[in-house]
Amino acid sequence: MARTMFDKIWDAHVVREVPGDKTILYIDRHLVHEVTSPQAFESLRLSRRSVRRPEATFAVLDHNVPTTDRHLPIQQPDSALQVATLEKNAVEFGITLFGMGDARQGIVHVTGPEQGITLPGMTIVCGDSHTSTHGAFGALAFGIGTSEVEHVLATQCMQQDRPKTMEVRIEGDLPEGSTAKDLMLAIIGAIGVNGGNGHVIEYTGPAIRALSIEGRMTLCNMSIEAGARAGMVAPDEKTFEYFKGRPYAPKGEQWEAAVAAWRALPSDRDAVYDQVVVLNAASAVPQVTWGTNPGMVAPVDGKVPDPAAMEDPWARAAVERALEYMALKPGTPITDIAIDRVFIGSCTNARIEDLRLAARFVEGRKVAAGVQAMVVPGSGLVKAEAEREGLDRIFTDAGFEWRDAGCSMCLAMNEDRLQPGERCASTSNRNFEGRQGKGGRTHLVSPAMAAAAAVAGHFVDIRHWS
Amino acid sequence: MEPFTAYTGVVMPLDRVNVDTDQIIPQRFLRKIARTGFGPDLFANLRYIGDSAAPNPDFVLNLPRYAGASVLLARANFGCGSSREHAPWALQQYGFRCLIAPSYADIFYNNCCANGLLPVVLPDAAVDTLFGEVEADTGYALRVDLVNQVVVTPRGESHAFTIDPFVKDSLVRGLDAIGWTLQFDNLIGAYEERRAAVAGV
Repeated sequence: MARTMFDKIWDAHVVREVPGDKTILYIDRHLVHEVTSPQAFESLRLSRRSVRRPEATFAVLDHNVPTTDRHLPIQQPDSALQVATLEKNAVEFGITLFGMGDARQGIVHVTGPEQGITLPGMTIVCGDSHTSTHGAFGALAFGIGTSEVEHVLATQCMQQDRPKTMEVRIEGDLPEGSTAKDLMLAIIGAIGVNGGNGHVIEYTGPAIRALSIEGRMTLCNMSIEAGARAGMVAPDEKTFEYFKGRPYAPKGEQWEAAVAAWRALPSDRDAVYDQVVVLNAASAVPQVTWGTNPGMVAPVDGKVPDPAAMEDPWARAAVERALEYMALKPGTPITDIAIDRVFIGSCTNARIEDLRLAARFVEGRKVAAGVQAMVVPGSGLVKAEAEREGLDRIFTDAGFEWRDAGCSMCLAMNEDRLQPGERCASTSNRNFEGRQGKGGRTHLVSPAMAAAAAVAGHFVDIRHWS
Repeated sequence: MEPFTAYTGVVMPLDRVNVDTDQIIPQRFLRKIARTGFGPDLFANLRYIGDSAAPNPDFVLNLPRYAGASVLLARANFGCGSSREHAPWALQQYGFRCLIAPSYADIFYNNCCANGLLPVVLPDAAVDTLFGEVEADTGYALRVDLVNQVVVTPRGESHAFTIDPFVKDSLVRGLDAIGWTLQFDNLIGAYEERRAAVAGV
């Protein structure tokens, strides 16, 4: 029987599947960070259980860590305690930690693939909704809550109901100047922030094949913003090339065997998905969110919408509220929106290709007067590579701050945050009210758009900008 | 986890779609390493004025008529966004025992169930009706009966709801998920042995 890639990976990980009960699904890799794990480890300790497979469990410090002055102790006492707690738990339970002072430390969804810890065909979980990122190379990767974190630590399994499958088929080619970020924002704009609920999305089509592995990670990263359980792209030669030689990837004969197994992962030709959505990549011109969820998005050459023109009272009320929060007037051209801050970072867009792209728009130019801009590389290794390529100097010469790796202002758990009313062009994944700091106003964009906005002081259509 | 069979409580209506986890509990409250103490942090950005502890009199949670509410009536896609389990913890520790909405985000739904915070799904039309009734009647309370899968209004009208039988059973019995899975420890072991024999991982 023809199977989708999701079916193949699910079926290969079933420990027990009995009608009427949740399936017990085996988990190959469990990524852990300091925010959603302390209560899980404490609960494990209290129930006198241990981690079933410490060698399949990898921890990273990312959400709370400062991106500057890392030689000093963490100032915020709760953050310091949370970090220290994971350090302690890692030692006590025998799991690998990429901690402060480790060059490999970074945002969990950057470090994982970079190290070859997460690989095609695997089931991967983490107490973080952007775990969907790892689906980019043909893995089944879910975000989970703290109770499930504890469950996986204790049993190396999840209790899961089999989700439905959705194919999001992208036809045509991405327009010049557009990136995976723009494509994903356009997809969310089209299917809505709950369009993917209950489904695992597989992205297909030549425009998807044309994306680099990092581009596919950007895409899958934001699958959760469309409400999907996970997002996936079938592995191909680019995928195998990406992982070859990475520290935790198989080597030698095991590598050959792994690649052979991975070649069998893509969906069978006549596989049937529960839902199919077809979109044209031509619609994915550079995008900018104007509202307070990722679905409130417009093309850069568009305008802030007018709620009065909306028939649905729910949509109208939500947009009215969003525009009030964002202090935007209906009908304002997107390119008229001036910004105060720029954040290039996050598990969505802080990998080396993102930094290279942003640097191209910044080189030889200066950050606009009154704009505070920063770049937070996704990991210590990304930072080091960027420095080898001289990208850091391009940014600092232009007036950007060049920081150390962490989640930083994506969610502002550390000291990097917007002040109330500040407007930010951000390469992150969520623009909810207060996400980047209470009262902060977030506009989600690609690294190219963020870089150009930093220089211009407002959003610009990078397709026609020099 | 405390079992949930049936519960009657005053209803608080939150009349917005897509209420996300950053609204339910902002990031600055996620630094705690304990599992408790999140009640005061619920809806903090909406609930308090500025950075103070002064309640925002316009936010529904602070309206005197909803003081002591323990059933939250919400709109579509409630709990979208993050996987933070702090969201159901905050709701529960504030005092909510169950939620009623047309739909929830997937991860949030699972997190609620893991804590015995029953997320009832009712169709849009039923939710619309209930919003109307709550707003019209101060002290409006609903009886949420998980065993019989029905929400009963003060006038005795019933709204039936569906729920996955496994989830229902776990909630009704207050089951420990890990304990349930570990009943099949031998199957997990057998799977691990089979996987170890397969090349590639």
